[in-house]
Amino acid sequence: MTLGKVMEVLEGEVALNTGDMETEILSVCSSDLMSDLLHFSSKPKSLLITGLNNTQVVRTAEIADIKAVVFVLDKRPDRETVEMARQKGITLIVTRLSRFTACGRLYAEGLVSCTGENR
Amino acid sequence: MADKNIEGSFHLTGGDFTNAGAASSELKSIMTKLNISPHLARRAAIATFEAEMNVIIHAVAGVMYYMITPDCIKVVLNDMGPGIPDIQQAMREGYSTAPDWIREMGWGAGMGLPNMKKNSDEFRIDSVVGEGTTVEIIIKIKEDKTP
Amino acid sequence: MNIREVMDSLSSDVKTTKGDLGHAVTGCYISDLLSDVMANAKEGEVWITLQTHPNIVAVASLKNLSGIIITNKRTPEEETLKKAEDEHITVAVSPLTTFEAGGLLYKLLRC
Repeated sequence: MTLGKVMEVLEGEVALNTGDMETEILSVCSSDLMSDLLHFSSKPKSLLITGLNNTQVVRTAEIADIKAVVFVLDKRPDRETVEMARQKGITLIVTRLSRFTACGRLYAEGLVSCTGENR
Repeated sequence: MADKNIEGSFHLTGGDFTNAGAASSELKSIMTKLNISPHLARRAAIATFEAEMNVIIHAVAGVMYYMITPDCIKVVLNDMGPGIPDIQQAMREGYSTAPDWIREMGWGAGMGLPNMKKNSDEFRIDSVVGEGTTVEIIIKIKEDKTP
Repeated sequence: MNIREVMDSLSSDVKTTKGDLGHAVTGCYISDLLSDVMANAKEGEVWITLQTHPNIVAVASLKNLSGIIITNKRTPEEETLKKAEDEHITVAVSPLTTFEAGGLLYKLLRC
């Protein structure tokens, strides 16, 4: 599904739009631990759902080739984080939903997990 | 660029979370500009990033030195820090000496060293307690046949 | 739904013996940050996380959560399981990723 549709499903708000709402998203990573995003070989066209909203998230997303980050429970990224995301071309979305509900809804839409051991 | 070696270094400051990852990010850009395959660049970036974070989290300061030849990407990180008393133990997934506040920042899950090794073709680590740690990451550049 | 049924549906391997497997599950909270769980998780919820260190037990106990499911087949530390037994907290390990576990459980808890 497109990033735009993800936004709709998660009742999200854009914190930083890098102009690619038509980007196709195929898989979802959900983690607050940065090393875990780097540990498994992730699939392309991934979205990250997290409750951690510091600059490290954007840094790690860049290294892991993740194109968009969703912050849950209305955790807004600070200016520094937004600026870094702008430089790296990573879209930032904020949703009031919890990580559980966000995962639940996207799972129901047919998205798969972006990481996993032995895959 | 055929026979030229590209090399450089970055200084790392312990505890500097604002810039944590900047060196690895820069190195990733350099690799992309050199047309290194995204798959190899990603592996190198991940290993380097984990190594850089270890310096920021545990050490006082460090230097990241990189060299890119037509055959391989080599990154060496040298830090001044507490050192690692038991390297085998430290290499175990989940083993971590990170304090709680680091965990609350999303790090410290004990995956750093295993991640480095996993993404390297050759990986060396040396440490002296009370002085510091050196990690060496080598990724070989083969004929990349991925489409 | 009780914690045993939740564990089963997420293909989890229960690692503790003294937790109350009949504990009713009121919902689910997913987070790897202790401060976040302390602030937002509700009593009776099952906690899905990647964290394996002993502090997770203290948090689950304080918040009266129905249990902890560690995903990605991560191994909880020995100290973690010991504390869990002491506090009667159920800890299980699932081979699913956090996204999959959350997604499946969301479907189950809704119907």
